[in-house]
Amino acid sequence: MPIQVLMPALSPTMEKGNLAKWLKKEGETIKSGDVIAEIETDKATMEVEATDEGTLGKILIPEGTADVAVNTPIATILADGESAADLAKASAPAKQEKAAESAPPAAAKSEMPQPKAAPAPQAVAEPDPEVPAGTEMVTQTIREALRDAMAEEMRRDADVFVMGEEVAEYQGAYKVTQGLLQEFGAKRVIDTPITEHGFAGVGVGAAMTGLKPIVEFMTFNFAMQAIDQIINSAAKTLYMSGGQMGCSIVFRGPNGAAARVAAQHSQDYSAWYSHIPGLKVVAPYSAADAKGLLKAAIRDPNPVIFLENEVLYGHTGEVPKLDDFIIPIGKARIVRAGSHVTIISWSNGMTYALKAADELAKEGIEAEVIDLRTLRPMDTETIINSVKKTGRAVTVEEGWAQSGVGAEIAARIMENAFDYLDAPVTRVSGKDVPMPYAANLEKLALPSAAEVVEAAKAVCYR
Amino acid sequence: MAAPKKAAASAAQDKTDGGSPPEFTKEQELKALRDMLLIRRFEEKAGQLYGMGAIGGFCHLYIGQEAVVVGMQMALKEGDQVITGYRDHGHMLATGMDANGVMAELTGRRGGYSKGKGGSMHMFSKEKHFYGGHGIVGAQVSLGTGLAFANHYRGNGNVSVTYFGDGAANQGQVYESFNMAELWKLPVIYVIENNRYAMGTSVSRASAQQDFSKRGASFNIPGKQVDGMDVRAVKAAGDEAAAWCRAGKGPFILEMQTYRYRGHSMSDPAKYRTREEVEKVRHDQDPIEQVRNRLLAAKVSEADLKAIDAEVRDIVNASADFAQHDPEPDAAELWTDVYR
Repeated sequence: MPIQVLMPALSPTMEKGNLAKWLKKEGETIKSGDVIAEIETDKATMEVEATDEGTLGKILIPEGTADVAVNTPIATILADGESAADLAKASAPAKQEKAAESAPPAAAKSEMPQPKAAPAPQAVAEPDPEVPAGTEMVTQTIREALRDAMAEEMRRDADVFVMGEEVAEYQGAYKVTQGLLQEFGAKRVIDTPITEHGFAGVGVGAAMTGLKPIVEFMTFNFAMQAIDQIINSAAKTLYMSGGQMGCSIVFRGPNGAAARVAAQHSQDYSAWYSHIPGLKVVAPYSAADAKGLLKAAIRDPNPVIFLENEVLYGHTGEVPKLDDFIIPIGKARIVRAGSHVTIISWSNGMTYALKAADELAKEGIEAEVIDLRTLRPMDTETIINSVKKTGRAVTVEEGWAQSGVGAEIAARIMENAFDYLDAPVTRVSGKDVPMPYAANLEKLALPSAAEVVEAAKAVCYR
Repeated sequence: MAAPKKAAASAAQDKTDGGSPPEFTKEQELKALRDMLLIRRFEEKAGQLYGMGAIGGFCHLYIGQEAVVVGMQMALKEGDQVITGYRDHGHMLATGMDANGVMAELTGRRGGYSKGKGGSMHMFSKEKHFYGGHGIVGAQVSLGTGLAFANHYRGNGNVSVTYFGDGAANQGQVYESFNMAELWKLPVIYVIENNRYAMGTSVSRASAQQDFSKRGASFNIPGKQVDGMDVRAVKAAGDEAAAWCRAGKGPFILEMQTYRYRGHSMSDPAKYRTREEVEKVRHDQDPIEQVRNRLLAAKVSEADLKAIDAEVRDIVNASADFAQHDPEPDAAELWTDVYR
């Protein structure tokens, strides 16, 4: 029976990729381990190795094809004694083998808790007050928006530089710094050794002299090694020096759950950093916000924790084509107006919140969805004004509930709008367990749109 | 486990160069004496004020180690940065920071360098290029490496002098910093002040490699053991290290063999070493007495030396007076300087 070669996944969050090149022709003999094709995403390029021996029977996806979904059959391999006539049989669901050794098993399952190949919902009902009417928009991935923000600020200010693991030659572990080395050179785009504690301290020291480092953590999980420098050195120096010496520095990188990387690589640090006076904490959801807020963070004279999300990097959105597009830190945004219940979230939590709002609308519940965008300083006013209107609030976060950002929001609502509440503030959060690896358990551990719908209906007594 | 006797060996005997360091001119000797005396008298006064309850919290005195910062400072030029840990009053005075401002910070008053919000361990002076004053053991080593990174980035020819103790030398980030400093050829002098005890733990009980000048060996960073009780030896080593850094050759490690006479902090039980050990160092190696004796041998009059004593005492008494009468910070200061 001919064997199908499937489009492999290069990473746990990859949904589709381009088939860049075939290195074997139909009819060529293939040995296990032979490189048969090259595939690429916006993040990486990789060779596809054969895991079976035989003859390349038929190429199903020609080279140059873009956006091939993971697990699509891309070719068939004929075993000894098989011929082209056997190919027809192969089109029936048969023994399917993964093409690349490196493809994680996650990609083969349909139960994945990742968004499907369709672009993420970026339904924005309310115009962004920061964008003048009639502004031309460009469609960009969040990854590109972040990169452009850094490049623009580096062009503008020679004191801005980027440092971190794999930010230069490798073009960024998640390709967020793609192209920066080529434009700005090795002096300003600096590959560090794997030494988070050390390079975080080096960045803070440089910032104390007035330079403006952008320190990339490959993920915020690894920033745990550096958290002493972030909190004890970066956040507190201005105060401890009586205002004499502070540091303008951005610590950025992906935060929160990726997909199928288990407990040590899937954690939301929103609450951790938002606890700390002296830090600003930003966690954007849309591409435009990612760009405008990162530019603001780089210019901010204070240390800013900039929490990105790996799952969102490849998502696209409309970014205003403006020379200097800045979103002020500390302002939430009403992304969808509604009158029955306020749903408050940020970063990838917005994915669940917006989906839930769509579902709720079908049942006649109009949810007002607030994207906090900045966690510290928190835009309490926007939350309170909304709750005064709706009388009900649901918070959505991927992090744990205890001492979480949702708990803080609930407390602020209680302090400022208690008399307006028609129901207790309800939290939807990550479950109170370390992140499990198994696909089904991981899905259960994360919040879901269904949970948000349920919570919203509960506070509406529906 | 009994501490090996090596710890009590005379610091002066361990220096690698052998022979006497280059002589100071009379002016250099007088400056060194004056600057070291200022630190000693200041620290003695701080100890008294602590005993009176005027200074709170932690207070780590530098008495005995004065030659290290004074000698190093004589090797620096304008713009070179200094950063250290929590035993920092001596460093601040050596960089020329005002005694009133330092003492008033110790008493938590508005005229202190940090408006009373930093205290003994957290003071800074942009003007004097003093970058703190850090309370987390070893954290200043990465930060100091960052100061050197900034010098390298700007190409300003300045050197970062990053001080830490024998205790901090065992922290992981020290080696992360060594690696980056050598990799990127950053102009940083790592001054390891080996005063033989990390709090109450002697070097021999905490360090597998007790020769701290070799701590950079696996990163190819050169190192040198220096008699940290002889201000001339410190200055000569500082000159050599600074020249190395300014030539673009990367970091340099100086192990300063020194000794603290007082406890780790004000609440030291003094059970980890004998009174005799302290007395012996004080009697045989005191950095200030060494200079004073050389000056007397060079026929500088007792009266001239007494004049220096008097000048220093006046500064210190004035600082104590200021620090006790300056008002506490305004209550509104609680909320300032969190963000800028």
